[in-house]
Amino acid sequence: MIEKVYVWLDERMGLKGLYDTILDRKIPKVNWWFTLGSASLIIFTIQGVTGMMLSVYYIPSPEFAYDSIQYIMNGATFGWLIRGIHHWGSSMMVVLVFIHMLRTFFMASYKYPREMTWLTGVFLLLFTVASSFTGYLLPWHQQAYWATVVGSELMGTIPVIGSFLSNVMRGGYDVSGVTLARFFSVHALWLPALLAAVIGVHLYLVIRHGISNIPGEQD
Amino acid sequence: MSSGSHHVSRREFVTIVTGVIGSIMAALIALPGIGFILAPALKAKKSTGWVSLGPLENYPIGVPTLFNFTRTNINGWEKTSNSYGVYILRKSDTEIKALTNVCTHLGCRVTWDETQELYGCPCHTAFFDIEGLVTDGPPPKPLPQFETKIEEGNLSLYFEG
Repeated sequence: MIEKVYVWLDERMGLKGLYDTILDRKIPKVNWWFTLGSASLIIFTIQGVTGMMLSVYYIPSPEFAYDSIQYIMNGATFGWLIRGIHHWGSSMMVVLVFIHMLRTFFMASYKYPREMTWLTGVFLLLFTVASSFTGYLLPWHQQAYWATVVGSELMGTIPVIGSFLSNVMRGGYDVSGVTLARFFSVHALWLPALLAAVIGVHLYLVIRHGISNIPGEQD
Repeated sequence: MSSGSHHVSRREFVTIVTGVIGSIMAALIALPGIGFILAPALKAKKSTGWVSLGPLENYPIGVPTLFNFTRTNINGWEKTSNSYGVYILRKSDTEIKALTNVCTHLGCRVTWDETQELYGCPCHTAFFDIEGLVTDGPPPKPLPQFETKIEEGNLSLYFEG
């Protein structure tokens, strides 16, 4: 029965072709450092799922942000777990993506013909860091508030256009409810969409070029 | 896969182990996640209880009189107050009929029309008689009654939130 369903679907969707291309690729003799890309992808998925769950209760307004998170932590069933995974997962994601980059660098995997894989990866690292930064403000407690004050002041030190960029980031001259709203928007809508799209390109390139060999003495 | 043979290849073993561990990890997030989203619907309501309607003399005999009250629920981090209305019909000194003013069709509020001697619902032209029975329109059942009690001349009703 399951076999029949599978054959029916495969005939129409080319499942075997997808499986062979994506999961059953030929790869050279590699080591555990080569699993960090997959680990990054999985933690991105986990952040996506737990983030969607948190947004069920979270309210991005100065009035309710803190209270809604208190409710998530103390009132909602397993809220502490969902938020805990999202909280620690964010640090984990930055660490994993960064070590993934180091692996690519030290294994010289960024060279021809994989320059575009590297370049899209640079954007993925930047988007990851941006997700982490924008998410940090959302609890709207003192630590979150002052971290964003400092972060946007840093932006302000860029010569000539710095203060303009800082005000764009803040959505005004101060860190305010407008800042909270736009950080939430960027954190929960813009960046996940951008990350998903660029991950798609990145994965396409990884599959297209295959995994690079570990450099040997001759390289 | 392995037809007839009990031998499990290395590849099959890794596939199965990966599938099992992956499913456990997915369940560890998914099951708490389902509870996280469904839990508010499974909590006991706080608004159930006796509501005081004031002295019995406030309600004239034979005429349905509207009494409005609010009940509060805790939803997440906020208190939500809802307004409810009840028509008190005092048939005699101690015989009380307390009808909700929430139409049994789709939840609009009915009002007592003294000239017609009917409860009318404006949303879909529904009518109930003084006993709460449907006389016209789409409502599927009569207006429900509240349980009432009289203590030391004060009337109260039991509200199930």
